[in-house]
Amino acid sequence: MASTAPTRKAMTGKAVTRAPRDTAHEGFLNHRRARWAKVAGIISLVALLAYMLTDPTPRHNGGTWLGYTLGSIGAGMIVWLSLLGVRKRVIGARPFSLKGWTSAHVYLGLSLIVIGTLHTGFQLGWNVHTLAWALMMIVILSGLWGISLYATVPERLSANRGEVTQQQMLEAIRTLDRQMDLAAQPLGADDAALVRMSLEQCRIAGSLGQRLSGNYTSDGNALALAAISEKVMAGMRSGRSDERLQQIQFLLERKEAALAQTRRHIRMKAQLELWLYIHVPVTVALLAALFAHIISVFLYW
Amino acid sequence: MTAYRIAIVGSGPAGLSAAAHAARLGLSHVLLEKTDHLSDTIYKYQKGKHVMATPSQLILRSPLDFDAGKREVVLGTWNDQTAAAKVNVKYKAEVKAIVGTGAPIEGSVMKIVSRKRDGSTETKEIQRLAPPYRLTLAGGEEIIADTVILAIGTQGNPNLMACPGGNLPHVQYQLDDPTEYTDEHIFVIGGGDAGIENALGLCADPAQHNTVTLVNRSADFANAKDANVKALFAARDAGRISIMTETTTKEIEPGFITLDTRDGEVRARCDRIIARMGSAPPRGFVEGCGVEFASNDRLAFPKLSATFESTAPGIYVVGALAGYPLIKHCMNQGHDVVEFINGNLDLKPADEPILEAKFAALPKGPGGGRSVADWLEYLRTRVSILTGMSALQMREFMLDSSVKLYRAGDVIFERNAPGSSLFGIADGQVLVEVNPSDPSITVPINAGTIFGEVGLISGRRRGATVRAGADCILVEISRNAALKLMSQVPSAAREITRITTERSLLQIFKSGLAPADLVDVIAAAKVETVRAGQAIIREGEQGDDIFIIRSGSMVVEKSIGGKPVFLNYVPAGSFVGEMGVIDGGPRTATVRAAVKSDVIRLAGEPFRALLAAQPQLLDKLRGEMANRTRLNNFIESKKDSFSSVVDMYTGVANFLVEQGVGEATDVLLIDEKLCVGCDNCEKACADTHDGLSRLDREAGRTYAHLHVPTSCRHCEHPHCMADCPPNAIHRGPTGEVYIDDTCIGCGNCQRNCPYGVIRMDKVPPKKPWLLSWFLFGSGPGPGEPSHKWAKKADPAYAEKAKKAIKCDMCSGQEGGPACVRACPTGAAIRVSPEQFLSVALMAREGK
Ligand SMILES: Cc1cc2nc3c(=O)[nH]c(=O)nc-3n(C[C@H](O)[C@H](O)[C@H](O)COP(=O)(O)OP(=O)(O)OC[C@H]3O[C@@H](n4cnc5c(N)ncnc54)[C@H](O)[C@@H]3O)c2cc1C
Ligand code: HEM
Ligand code: SF4
Ligand code: SF4
Repeated sequence: MASTAPTRKAMTGKAVTRAPRDTAHEGFLNHRRARWAKVAGIISLVALLAYMLTDPTPRHNGGTWLGYTLGSIGAGMIVWLSLLGVRKRVIGARPFSLKGWTSAHVYLGLSLIVIGTLHTGFQLGWNVHTLAWALMMIVILSGLWGISLYATVPERLSANRGEVTQQQMLEAIRTLDRQMDLAAQPLGADDAALVRMSLEQCRIAGSLGQRLSGNYTSDGNALALAAISEKVMAGMRSGRSDERLQQIQFLLERKEAALAQTRRHIRMKAQLELWLYIHVPVTVALLAALFAHIISVFLYW
Repeated sequence: MTAYRIAIVGSGPAGLSAAAHAARLGLSHVLLEKTDHLSDTIYKYQKGKHVMATPSQLILRSPLDFDAGKREVVLGTWNDQTAAAKVNVKYKAEVKAIVGTGAPIEGSVMKIVSRKRDGSTETKEIQRLAPPYRLTLAGGEEIIADTVILAIGTQGNPNLMACPGGNLPHVQYQLDDPTEYTDEHIFVIGGGDAGIENALGLCADPAQHNTVTLVNRSADFANAKDANVKALFAARDAGRISIMTETTTKEIEPGFITLDTRDGEVRARCDRIIARMGSAPPRGFVEGCGVEFASNDRLAFPKLSATFESTAPGIYVVGALAGYPLIKHCMNQGHDVVEFINGNLDLKPADEPILEAKFAALPKGPGGGRSVADWLEYLRTRVSILTGMSALQMREFMLDSSVKLYRAGDVIFERNAPGSSLFGIADGQVLVEVNPSDPSITVPINAGTIFGEVGLISGRRRGATVRAGADCILVEISRNAALKLMSQVPSAAREITRITTERSLLQIFKSGLAPADLVDVIAAAKVETVRAGQAIIREGEQGDDIFIIRSGSMVVEKSIGGKPVFLNYVPAGSFVGEMGVIDGGPRTATVRAAVKSDVIRLAGEPFRALLAAQPQLLDKLRGEMANRTRLNNFIESKKDSFSSVVDMYTGVANFLVEQGVGEATDVLLIDEKLCVGCDNCEKACADTHDGLSRLDREAGRTYAHLHVPTSCRHCEHPHCMADCPPNAIHRGPTGEVYIDDTCIGCGNCQRNCPYGVIRMDKVPPKKPWLLSWFLFGSGPGPGEPSHKWAKKADPAYAEKAKKAIKCDMCSGQEGGPACVRACPTGAAIRVSPEQFLSVALMAREGK
């Protein structure tokens, strides 16, 4: 037991205080008692009051001092909001809370509805400026969709998987396949073909149509199960029940249940990401449109 | 029959090196090896395992070469060099008994105490006989030798099948390669980890067409890891394996096995039996040779002199069996012991320079510099708990400990610093700051005794700041060395227990008590070990004993409306049961151990006398009691109005305790109502730790959407530390349990951690900069890179050594745990159990 190598962090006997950390058990929407909701609310309120209390000539638009102010704030916020994608991936050793960032992101992002829209002075038309506004609204609406999913899906996801991991789900299906393959050895060609259908024409996630509709009755396993069940029933009616077929039916049923659980799992995981496939690309488009909008304003206005 | 000068038993690194040295010196010798190859322990390592050569500063003295490298290379070198050195090796020569052939040695009687299943003990006495020794081999052959070197390691012998037919050739005790067997009916006997892992290996690939049955004597699999048991049941549910519980083997015949089951006898086809019923440590055999062990403790090693000679004159013990599990140490000892036997008694051990360095900074003292031996003797005679040690034990002990001079006023450790080492005062005096708000109030501790024992026993942070009162020389004894000391030297264990009892009383009750006040209470105090789940106090029963929790933790529950309701979590260093002494009524709640715990039971009678004499103490206890009563009432009042909330609170608390939170200092929890499954926590972990994630978010248990992922709990008494050859696992300055660079990748810690949080893996190459991934998609992106990418990016990756990888609580990172920082929704939190298992939990469940 003789370790004589120097240890990396020797104990010094000093009461080294642990790095401060967030141990509060609250979700991102309530982070610090919804501090960012309040900040965003106040910003929106101030913007709204300023808009209502001032009466610029000829009318409200992006070119008034208020318009410039709101525009600058809005553009700054959009850039900052986009940086969440970077913050999320660059961890480092320094303190920060992604939860805090997400909280601020959501509420400040929402306040952009007020700031961005007031910035336009409701001067919408078919031009690059309105394009920027519309893209912004799409990003924001997709964000809203996102948090509605974040609020509801996790609990169902957790309930569906119990204590099973995704990998274990896939393994369970693979194991059932192997057992079915074994159990099908003594079967006749017809029955074996049905089993092969389950083995070869079953797609766990399914086609796009199946995924969207949630209807998998045309999948190989479901078809095989239906056909085998029919045969088992027929056998029972005729009083010649085939134990080997019943075993196959049992395995197909178990696979169907395993497939259903896995599909629900994948579906919900996809839901939690799907909205980001609108949110993020449109953000990129928005940044481009915003850039074009600002350039054109300074060149032509 | 010619007598050999030296018989060496066991051809591991220790025995082999001894034999090679004897051959070089031209001494007549024989090397007896049980198996048909050299060095069985290393032979059994996984194929291709990278063998490490730590500690690196230690010079190798053996005639054989040894460098870090692949198992095959190490063994190959030794095979060649053993042959070249003309070592006289005898394979398949298991030594069964060693007895002297000379006259009885007067007054030298070996007492062997064996403990039986029912708890009673039996003592056998053996009269030792003088050398030369007769060694009897398994085949009955006998060998005579003047001296014997025992180098048989600690692996022991597998427990054998005792039933008729147990010695048939198709009964085997090891499974090297599960893919070797096809189309067989195989029975695996034994439901421990080894049995389960073998059985699963045999049925992993259905293409092998094996019919595998696992036979277990008891109804459950209490000795196996949770993950293994789960995998076993999954395999059974998948129809790959059969399990027979409450079953024993009755008879084995070629082609058949007969089993005794609960429903009667079963005879089944059987081509192969793999028996994994644990192994018997070599202690019984060694004691039978007349070699005495230091104590009855499971961890104890043989008593040895400075020349490795045991209590049987002429029998020497070296290597892992002597307490030195690293290969380099083993090889050096093999060399040294032959030198000693050959009469070179002046030889200085190879670790002499390492010890010299430890004493170099100490004052020279009168009469000039002390030698290492002088210093060891100085410490041994000055510090009371070290007095019972031998010179060799002192050497080994010192390698794991350090000694330092502190000037008057120097702080030795601060209150709340984590620390599990024990300090012995060789010279001088230290002062304990008993009042955190006024450092000038101190209690002295004098030379000869110890301090710091609370951290060692409870695994919790230091309770008070201690500074040097005068210039002092202190030995700091690491947790491992202290545990070893307690198992080797029974008197030291007793002394430490006595001191901890007294000190913990003083520390917990404070209120100006002095040791003199406690004499009666301590005289009637008892240290008891409580199993997990066992109650020390039962609701409704009469009783007035007070309990101090020395290690482990307790949960307090009360039956409300016929159901047990969780009231409180009590960590080590606190007391329970005070209500009984104060108001004398029946117990109002049940207190049971959350994990295996040690408690000090204080009898009510002397304690009441103490309270009568110490009104401040009574006030203090009353205050504590009022707090607890308030909490109980609060929960009881909730129970009427929000019964489901309280049930949920109890359910969650019990679940967490079951998940080992009761011995945790810091645990990662995930609220699955918030977790969106983005795995950013895992990615952050990998990106801040050499590209390897130390947590598995999805795996682990869940209750009421509260998920305990597979991630280190930083246990108060880490199981992983128990058996680490290079002693690479430590508790760091912020309380984290971490593994340092000296890890040799043996995997012991992985096996010992009950929560399965340690993985063995190799560090992947550095990833390209994140920006280039963002912009050009180069590299694998954030998170742990795949093995495939690592192999492509670094040709040397495949050859790298696997090491143990675990959470270090992001110590040294200013921002704290990266997993928590990186969670976008706030689902992941890292908390201490006291923080979480409080009424705040109820507020959460109420939401
Ligand atoms: C998985 C694993 C990985 C490890 N990795 C490392 C590492 O990388 N670096 C390192 O320094 N240490 C490592 N160790 C520790 C090291 O291997 C052992 O501590 C070391 O081998 C002990 O040497 P030994 O000579 O005392 O006994 P052993 O190597 O255990 O050899 C004992 C020999 O005695 C024989 N024997 C036993 N009983 C009898 C008998 N009655 N009669 C005759 N022969 C008998 C056995 O067959 C065996 O060959 C590792 C240990 C394990 C388990
Ligand atoms: C113009 C405004 C916005 C911009 C430019 C923007 C941009 C972004 C970007 C770039 C990301 C990072 C995605 C990733 O890398 O994974 C992101 C994430 C996210 N956004 Fe927005 N967003 C905006 C508004 C909003 C609003 C209004 C909401 C909510 C109502 C919202 C909710 C979220 C959420 C929940 C995430 C995911 C956080 C995570 O899981 O890491 N966003 N947004
Ligand atoms: S690795 Fe395992 S045993 Fe060690 S501290 Fe962590 S949870 Fe405890
Ligand atoms: S850290 Fe684990 S794997 Fe590494 S040497 Fe220690 S016990 Fe073995």
